[in-house]
Amino acid sequence: MDSYSKRKNIIILIFLLTGGIFLVHLFVLQVIDTTYKKTATNNILREVVDFPLRGLIYDRNGRLMVYNQAAYDLHATPREIDQFDTTLLCSILNIEKQYLEDALKKAKRYSRYKSSIVVKQISPERYALLQEKMYKFPGFYVQPRTLRKYNYDVAGHVVGYVGEVDPETVNSEAYYKAGDYFGVTGIERTYEKYLRGEKGASFYLVDVHNRVKGSYNQGKMDVTPVKGSDLVITLDTDLQQYGEMLMQNKRGSIVAIEPSSGEILMMVSSPGYKPSAMVGRMRSVSYPMLAADTLLPMYNRAVRALYPPGSTFKMMNALIGLQDKVITPRTKFRCNHGYHVGSFSMGCHHDMDFQLVSSIAQSCNAYYAYTFRYILESPKYKDVKEGYESWRNYVMSFGFSKRIAPEVNDELPGFIPPSDYYQRRVFPYSRWRALPIISLSIGQGEIQTTPLQMANYTAAIANKGYYYTPHFLKNIIGLDKGVVEVVRHQTLIDSIYFEKIFEGMAQVMSEKHMGTARASYVPGIEICGKTGTAENPHGADHSIFVAFAPQNNPKIAIAVYVENAKWGSTFAAPITTLIIEKYLNGSIQESREYIEKNMMEANLLFPDKPNYQIFD
Amino acid sequence: MARRIQIWNKLDWLTILLYVIIVVAGWLNIYSAVYDEMHSNIFDLSQRYGKQIMWIGFSTVLAFFILLIDSKFYVSFSHVIYIIFIILLIAVLFFGREINGSKSWLMIGSFAIQPAEFAKLGTALVLAKTVSSYNFSFKNMLKLVQLVLLILLPVGLIFMQNDTGSALVFFVFIIPLFREGLSGLILFFILLVSVLFILTLVLPPLSLLIIVISLALFANLIIRKRLRDFLYIVGVFLVSAFFVWLFTYLFVDGETDFYYLLLRTSVGASLVLLIISLIKRIPQAALVVSLFVVSVALTFSVDFVFDNVLESHQQARINNFLGIESDPLGAGYNVNQSKIAIGSGGLTGKGFLQGTQTKYDFVPEQSTDFIFCTVGEEWGFAGTSFVILIFLTLLIRLIRLAERQRSVFSRVFGYSVASVIFFHFAINIGMTIGLAPVIGIPLPFFSYGGSSLWFFTALLFVFLKLDASRLEQLH
Repeated sequence: MDSYSKRKNIIILIFLLTGGIFLVHLFVLQVIDTTYKKTATNNILREVVDFPLRGLIYDRNGRLMVYNQAAYDLHATPREIDQFDTTLLCSILNIEKQYLEDALKKAKRYSRYKSSIVVKQISPERYALLQEKMYKFPGFYVQPRTLRKYNYDVAGHVVGYVGEVDPETVNSEAYYKAGDYFGVTGIERTYEKYLRGEKGASFYLVDVHNRVKGSYNQGKMDVTPVKGSDLVITLDTDLQQYGEMLMQNKRGSIVAIEPSSGEILMMVSSPGYKPSAMVGRMRSVSYPMLAADTLLPMYNRAVRALYPPGSTFKMMNALIGLQDKVITPRTKFRCNHGYHVGSFSMGCHHDMDFQLVSSIAQSCNAYYAYTFRYILESPKYKDVKEGYESWRNYVMSFGFSKRIAPEVNDELPGFIPPSDYYQRRVFPYSRWRALPIISLSIGQGEIQTTPLQMANYTAAIANKGYYYTPHFLKNIIGLDKGVVEVVRHQTLIDSIYFEKIFEGMAQVMSEKHMGTARASYVPGIEICGKTGTAENPHGADHSIFVAFAPQNNPKIAIAVYVENAKWGSTFAAPITTLIIEKYLNGSIQESREYIEKNMMEANLLFPDKPNYQIFD
Repeated sequence: MARRIQIWNKLDWLTILLYVIIVVAGWLNIYSAVYDEMHSNIFDLSQRYGKQIMWIGFSTVLAFFILLIDSKFYVSFSHVIYIIFIILLIAVLFFGREINGSKSWLMIGSFAIQPAEFAKLGTALVLAKTVSSYNFSFKNMLKLVQLVLLILLPVGLIFMQNDTGSALVFFVFIIPLFREGLSGLILFFILLVSVLFILTLVLPPLSLLIIVISLALFANLIIRKRLRDFLYIVGVFLVSAFFVWLFTYLFVDGETDFYYLLLRTSVGASLVLLIISLIKRIPQAALVVSLFVVSVALTFSVDFVFDNVLESHQQARINNFLGIESDPLGAGYNVNQSKIAIGSGGLTGKGFLQGTQTKYDFVPEQSTDFIFCTVGEEWGFAGTSFVILIFLTLLIRLIRLAERQRSVFSRVFGYSVASVIFFHFAINIGMTIGLAPVIGIPLPFFSYGGSSLWFFTALLFVFLKLDASRLEQLH
């Protein structure tokens, strides 16, 4: 035997060591480390999201308001893009070459393997052209999407718009991926979870060139998209459209509610915008314009504009007076061109005695100054402060100083000052007295209410003491129970006290009783209304009118605000009565057509530019 | 006839069984790797799996012929065989066809063969012949030079074909030579060079220097087994450090870099120690010090070789292998995909024909160099460990067979066979799991390809023939 035979052991050791290292490494690679399995799945699976159709929106009469149109997003996976004819692609899509290059650069920065959207919302017509030439563009593919389309291009503020999901939502809600669409405002936002449906997904096996090799696992993992639920909302599209036409070239808002249900029939904020202006690529043009407009078309006045209610608040004080028994319908107060106590004076236009009904019809300030003072100084209460707190409770029971429409995301609560507010500002060193806050009696002063709250208050009067949660959703088709909780809110006023209020509000329209809105009398319809003027420190006063009709079975309660239009009777009252007439009769009687014409043509924004459109 | 029966009886059937298992496993995995529903017949000759069964058939015939030829032929004609293959290697340079950047294929009719594969057989034979020749000794410089030239000739020719992978295989002949008495230092030195080469590229110079110094000190401690010497060296080192620092401080302007300070100190201290150990006649210490100096010199030359000698794709592959550049789509793409395929197999794999990474072309060369991915993906750890264990069994069996040879020729040849198979096995599997650089060499008996299969079959069966006739001849 040779002397080196022991060296075989070293060689065998080298062999075994190598094999041993391989076994250990393979055990770690294959059994312990699971990341490779995931990578492998990512490698071969392409998930194609199937976007569901968004739910449709119908109005209260079953008319289709909002539906979907097809649009196509062009995606690209940078790694797979080969040489292609950029000029051809740009001409098909009608885009600048620079735009395409920038988009591709951005996509490359995001990921070389993952696809990103290069061109959004290609119209069906252009898509048809593109599809024929698609084979010339390796690395690109098209994903169908849907965009909103509007049968009635109205109520932008109510319906809201759909847009690309923001990064915060992508982070907080797992459902959304960047680039998805969701409801940004309005109904679209409130009922997003129902409207959106559920995304589906198809899984395909792909090879290294991202070519589809077949469905994965026989399509067992595929998820079919679930179409979004259709909504029926409470708006009356005809009425809404009519209201928007009446309000064109005016600043202000209209809210109409069906008192027996709390359903909001119309909500106009003027100037506003058409929902179609916010669809898809249009929005990038419209949005900056709307946002920069000094008339604030994006601002929903109906739920966010705060005005003092003015004389429309007089019913409130009358009702509290009756409930607290400090007045009766027969109580008389003298108006001597106003209310005068010592050196204090609050002006009015009359020189006569008023009872409850006539005080409403002719809107006497003095009557309410007395009433308000009696309420606050009632012996029922320990002092004026307690009287005020009780008064505030009554007021708040009508839905003031709080948010009343849970579906509206951006509603403001308004303001009825709590007692410490006055304690701090008016009575820091003195006893509480009624006189310093007497302007509350005629709805001026520190009170702030929204048009929605005023419509709701009118509905509560029409109902003789209660109101339902104002809401937009009638039902979600296919869903048994309502989503929005509609509650009957009982006010603190007994129903027996409303009879005389109705009578007074009816006389507002009456020629015979010298009603303040007698010019807007509608033959054949018993309307109960009340004029109001909101003092405006910045310019001409705002014209307010609240009304409900018909008197014995109210079907509509409405509040109309026309900014800088001075008195309630000038603009707000005629607009209100036109809407009521339209709603109850379906048309405007011949004798009143001139009023309709005047209202529509009136331009309070730019008297010298009569053709200004809300937005188009 | 009597003699032929004798041969069948004396053949090592265990080795043949292992061979058959590997060949069949390879064929099934090739079928799975390039499986195509349009051509699901495993015998379809238009597909690689159909061709592979044809190559297997030819290999069987080849094996028969090899076994029929008298074993003395291989001994006597080893030089001739070697020369024929060298001529073929030269012919390739002129008439070869270029595939994948290397001009290493020779077309004979519609067959493409790779002479580089067969050159290994010729070299193995000629090495065995030389080492077994009368009065051969590794101490004989002339014989040693002859040996080195015999290896370097085909290596040079294959390098010229731009087929680095195949050329590197020849270095594995160190193993049979080591077995026959070549100094262990050379084996050790080659290992040291490879490790340092890799470390130089991976580590920053300072940490590398610290590692090399620590290793030298440690080696000295092991060899001398005396703590006093160790402290002595540390003392010399510290004194040198002080002088180097003083020198730098006094005569060199600017900031003193710690790396250069340490480098100068260590070189200075080494020289001092070398002189001391030579004076005191402690050869082991001198050796360690020399190795240290060589190592330091090497770390500098590696950078030079890397930057100036290697081509960019080789640099990229090495860089990637060492994890220096992490670019999953560049040079590392293949290995990354290969690891994903193998890693996704899990314990028991996805099942036959169920692999997705290999089938959908994520893994490159899935039927040849990266065939092991299919095993890993479809058969999981069970499959990969089975393949590794079969190969280890084969290798150890071959060592056993080599050791039982009575002639030096057969033993050297046996070791050569085992070593070549081992090198292919180690590099091929190593590269698929990221433990070795991507050198495109096939897995023996397993990867698709006629040339490779025939060569390994020939290599194995020549040795089996020698083994079966081991009692007849005494060299």
